Amino acid sequence: METITLTGQIFQYLVTGITVGSVYAMVAVGFNIIYNVTEIINFAQGEFVMLGGLIMVFLHVAVGLPLILAFPATVALVTLVGVLLDRLAINPIRRPTVLSLIIATIAASILIKGTAMFIWGKDPFDLPAFSGRDPIIVLGAVIQPQYFWVIGFLVLIVIVLTFFFERTIIGKAMSACADNPDAASLVGIDVKRMVLLSFALSAAIGAVAGITMTPIALMEYDRGAMLAIKGFGAAVLGGLGSFPGAVIGGLILGVIESLGAGLISSGYKDAFALIVLLFVLFFKPSGIFGNIEISKIKRF
Amino acid sequence: MNDTTAENILEVQGVVMAFGGLMALFKPDFKVKRGIIKAIIGPNGAGKTTLFNIITGFFTPTEGTVRFKGRSIKKFKTHEIAARGISRTFQTVELFGNMTVLENVMLGCHTRVPTSFMASGFRLPGAKRKEEEMRDRALNILKFIGLADKFEEPADNLPLGQQKMLEIGRALATEPELICLDEPAAGLNETETYVASSLIKAINAKGITVLLVEHDMKVIMNISDEIVVLNYGQKIAEGTPEAIRDNSTVIEAYLGSEA
Amino acid sequence: MLRIGKLPIALFAGFIIIFPWVAGKVPAIGNYTDIMVFVGIYCLITIGLGLLMGYAGQISVGQAAFYGIGAYVSAILTTRYGLNPWFCMFIAVLVTGTIAFLVGTPSLKLKGHYLAMATLAFGIIVFIIFNEEIQWTGGPDGMADIPGLSIFGFELDSIEKYFYLVWGFVFVILIFTINVIQSDAGRALRAIHTSEAAANSMGVNVSKFKVLVFVYSAILASLAGSLYAHYLNFINPSTFDLFFSIKLLIMIALGGMYNIWGAIIGAGIITFLSYEWLHYFEEFEVIVYGAILLVVTIFLPNGLVGLPGMLKELFVRQKSNE
Repeated sequence: METITLTGQIFQYLVTGITVGSVYAMVAVGFNIIYNVTEIINFAQGEFVMLGGLIMVFLHVAVGLPLILAFPATVALVTLVGVLLDRLAINPIRRPTVLSLIIATIAASILIKGTAMFIWGKDPFDLPAFSGRDPIIVLGAVIQPQYFWVIGFLVLIVIVLTFFFERTIIGKAMSACADNPDAASLVGIDVKRMVLLSFALSAAIGAVAGITMTPIALMEYDRGAMLAIKGFGAAVLGGLGSFPGAVIGGLILGVIESLGAGLISSGYKDAFALIVLLFVLFFKPSGIFGNIEISKIKRF
Repeated sequence: MNDTTAENILEVQGVVMAFGGLMALFKPDFKVKRGIIKAIIGPNGAGKTTLFNIITGFFTPTEGTVRFKGRSIKKFKTHEIAARGISRTFQTVELFGNMTVLENVMLGCHTRVPTSFMASGFRLPGAKRKEEEMRDRALNILKFIGLADKFEEPADNLPLGQQKMLEIGRALATEPELICLDEPAAGLNETETYVASSLIKAINAKGITVLLVEHDMKVIMNISDEIVVLNYGQKIAEGTPEAIRDNSTVIEAYLGSEA
Repeated sequence: MLRIGKLPIALFAGFIIIFPWVAGKVPAIGNYTDIMVFVGIYCLITIGLGLLMGYAGQISVGQAAFYGIGAYVSAILTTRYGLNPWFCMFIAVLVTGTIAFLVGTPSLKLKGHYLAMATLAFGIIVFIIFNEEIQWTGGPDGMADIPGLSIFGFELDSIEKYFYLVWGFVFVILIFTINVIQSDAGRALRAIHTSEAAANSMGVNVSKFKVLVFVYSAILASLAGSLYAHYLNFINPSTFDLFFSIKLLIMIALGGMYNIWGAIIGAGIITFLSYEWLHYFEEFEVIVYGAILLVVTIFLPNGLVGLPGMLKELFVRQKSNE
């Protein structure tokens, strides 16, 4: 093991950081979709990721569905949870305030978490990697094939969303709700349906994040809160509402966390991302792509 | 007050306010003499409310200075400006809706009757006396604005006309030397407008300088001593109501924008 | 928001004074005095949190951190340095107040979601510190042998004695807070809640008031933490985790955060649920809490305290429909 050099080690941290960061980026993209349409921060965003992982484990490992079926089925089920979240927790609030919406999504998050504990118990579950676990060694760094799946799905999500928001009628309608809900409803856009759709879409992306990360990091019922707050950190770091910001914010946060845990203290692994979040909130709450006007235009 | 040298209570000098690429104000220099009613008029988007927000410290201008009683207000925060004697109302009524009429006005006394968290918490004798003092002051103001009989109503329950009066009353409770009224007659019917105009005159008669943004020309012509006209953030005219009425630039700006 | 009369306070005080005596007579509720000690400790926190959230409109999802800091400062100073517990409690209040001031000043410039996330992040960071700084905190195993409290040599060595101590604190804080609410400061806080712009232009130093009430709520949580540590003589980090912060939110949301009594009712119900009535659910009580919070948010925006008002309104509306 004496062949591991410091540069090799740092390269390793970078690789894992980018992978973890891709997960955060996906969570951040999920935050942004809902935020852009509704200005709600969905505190239950991390639960979608957790459910994605655990439902996938159930369908793929326990039921034995092949990957190619289990994957879309999981995404569909989590999307359904997203729809239910909007219908049962957000939509029924008669006079929504920031406070009541925060509390409603927090309530939903502990409900989902509790239900997951009821179904799956407290133990973490593993999922077979999509294309085996034979690592590739590059510059002394161990790269799991699954890393490519995680990063690949982030890229795919970015491409699909770009197309969706720029080229499809529904995507454009959703963007219109974000810019000006009153005007949007005047031109005949059903704002409530767009809100529902944003929750569905955001849940689907969360599910993808959960499915792809589980072979690397396992999954258990109480992961949601930490994933949510780190994903939020990524979103804020990049500039809340900005999709390129979410990706860059996620990657930066992942790398900082990985380097911090590797070089400074592993016990404080979870604290690094949160400290970055606090710094951004305190000193530049508008984030990297912080100019509101720019982030409004730059929807991919 | 000294009548021989008409002192300027407010001086707006070289103020530029830019939001991103948008120039909201560009050097609309003017002065407000102590004790008068001065109106700011202009088409929508002329920068009137932005100007109010600068005078009351909500915005820091990109360039230029606002002087109140001869001193630049640049360093002061909104609440400090209020303590120094500028108060305001809002274009869209910003009352504390779940508080009673009396409580709204009592809050206005906040700067004039200083209390402390600790003293209030321990209900020290001083705190109780001050609370009574605030109550008395507030009740006097309610009598002045004609809402004394409604003092226990939640502010939200009042009709718009009375809400606007209450907002003026709340501003008066800070004991301002300059009061900035942002469209006090907007949305009011004829009777309510008349009541508002009389109230503004009565406030002015107490020696309080009034700076007024308003669209209702009848009100403006009736009560103001001087008028500043803004268009696209710039001053296009200034003078007495009579002079403004006959000013061709003003007529053009209005007709041009509204025709 | 209306005036809070002296009568409810007196009735409530009477109830508290006879409580241990009644509980002692009825075997079925014999352990309720012990639970009521915890209710009192949580009331200290929820009174502050209610003032912060319900009155001033500023959310905190990190209140468990201040509770924990109070407990740990007391525990560390008493067990490692042998200092007088009351002195340690005072130091804990100073430490917590300072931290709250340092964290609150930048945080409270943030609004809504940002403030919620900032306090959430702060709470988790503090929780990680409790777990990691083992040489100080004992890490996940926690700290034992924290001394009990005594007043002038009179040991508070029974549940009943500690009960009266804790509730004595609660009443002092309750009356203090009610006085604040019914003064200029209380009006200023409510004004901030409705419109920061208007409050500011009426001369209210909005940022000062927000930080002040944040520090006040943190100090109360710290006091509660110290009382908790000296009562149980043992602490570990899991008491001060994110879920406890959320539980505090549930307490004030259920009771009604726009009313000081809501903080007390909520603390009472949730504490009895978790210590006594939800035993059957074991760990799955979290589902019950989630359901409670959701139902309250949707159907009872003013909490249980607001229920009579809602029913009255409903009744009046139905009558006018007939």
